[in-house]
Amino acid sequence: MTAGSEINAISPSSSEGSVITVQHLYKSFGQNHVLNDFSLELKRGENLVVLGKSGSGKSVLIKCIIGLLKPEQGTINVLGENVLDLDSHELDKVRAKVGFLFQSNALYDSMTVRENLEFPLRRHWINVSKDEVDALVKEALKNVGLEKTIDMRPAELSGGMRKRIALARTLILKPEIILYDEPTTGLDPITGKEISNLMCELAEKYNTSSIIISHDMNCVKIVADRIIVLMEGKCYATGTFDELKKSNDEKIKSFFE
Amino acid sequence: MKLTALKTFLTEAGNISAFTGRFFRVAFTPRYEFGELLRQCFYIGYKSLPLVGITAFIMGLVLTIQSRPTLVEFGAEAWLPKMVSVSLVREIAPVITALICAGKIGSGIGAELGSMKVTEQIDAMEVSGTNPFKFLVATRIMATTLMIPLLAVMADAISLYGAFLGANIRGVVSWDLYWNQVFDSLTFGDLLPAIVKTFFFGFAIGVVGCFKGYYSNKGTEGVGRSANSAVVISSLLVFVLDLIAVQITDILSLT
Repeated sequence: MTAGSEINAISPSSSEGSVITVQHLYKSFGQNHVLNDFSLELKRGENLVVLGKSGSGKSVLIKCIIGLLKPEQGTINVLGENVLDLDSHELDKVRAKVGFLFQSNALYDSMTVRENLEFPLRRHWINVSKDEVDALVKEALKNVGLEKTIDMRPAELSGGMRKRIALARTLILKPEIILYDEPTTGLDPITGKEISNLMCELAEKYNTSSIIISHDMNCVKIVADRIIVLMEGKCYATGTFDELKKSNDEKIKSFFE
Repeated sequence: MKLTALKTFLTEAGNISAFTGRFFRVAFTPRYEFGELLRQCFYIGYKSLPLVGITAFIMGLVLTIQSRPTLVEFGAEAWLPKMVSVSLVREIAPVITALICAGKIGSGIGAELGSMKVTEQIDAMEVSGTNPFKFLVATRIMATTLMIPLLAVMADAISLYGAFLGANIRGVVSWDLYWNQVFDSLTFGDLLPAIVKTFFFGFAIGVVGCFKGYYSNKGTEGVGRSANSAVVISSLLVFVLDLIAVQITDILSLT
């Protein structure tokens, strides 16, 4: 286990084989300094959990990685591209390789499940044929076990089903990286466990790397290869689930109680 | 206190102006969102037809019934079609249509975009390789700008029909005589400025509704506020624009 500021000293050479490298990131909202010299590295094929209390800046971190928020300082390298230097067209190309599962699912209410899944396909892959789109939509729904919902609207689905559809939409472009923003929040423990297992299955099937924002320890235990504890805008500690569980640090212990 | 209110007003006005500027920068550059524009025209135009139609019919009918006693008093009952048609075409039908649309469409856009904002659907759209401003905002502003003039023209026709029925409740005016008097009294200068100003009404309703929704915050409470302030501001703007349009028409001697 590594604690304190040791993780912040990621050297450029250590980013080889990594798909995301974040270095010395600063982001604040007014006087609230959410990220304060934060760094992380995501290796290919790794499931990295960022653990932290509500409001600690976990969601801000992944929104900076995908380019939805602009940090004040720092560098973010995603699949070899410095996200902060890209124009919108180049950023879209990177986004096509990075899936993002929103905390609120963010399914379009005015569209059916089919249209929700088709949307990113038609946007990122402009020349894709109707038959290909249809096949990809059906495959994505099959992956999450919800083929029968294809013509339903998000409002007709349960919370767990909406999460699965959102996951299918995230996976439909076959991304290399997936960013999960609290994937099990608002779900009962059984559904939460199903979603966590599904995340692992799909990561293995599509060979994806993931950053998972969560404070649901049941989910963290299932999905995490490695955990980073985010506190006061910095990386407070890092290690595997078992390593952090054995920690004597009161702040880390509080997550496992 | 007054200074703070003035500062808030100026900031809001500046933000809406910047938002409008962004619309002109984004709306006419590729990639064009024709599909979404057509969808919005359908929802904003076609779905508003019954409400605008019923309101216009009642306005025509009521205006005729209310005007009749005064004209009868001056022995000018024969002028009823003329007076009513000019009032309806120049002022009442365009303004009532715009106000109905400010209520129905302005609040709808404010609430829809506001809820999309708080449920991260706008962010999801951006992640999906789509410019949400172009897809959501530009299409809605263009649709309101194009559809409200069409609704106003339809409201003109329906309100004139309502006025015909109103004229026949207490008196007798034949179909041919009524329409002859209506078309004799109306000139190009009555119709053109009235239609031109509805483009501006539509644009204002679209801009305010989209601005309020797109920058909605504070969760579901913020969505309600966005919808509410979209209606209030766009209704007020309709009257302000109407005032300006009437002044310009008067200065240019178009009436």
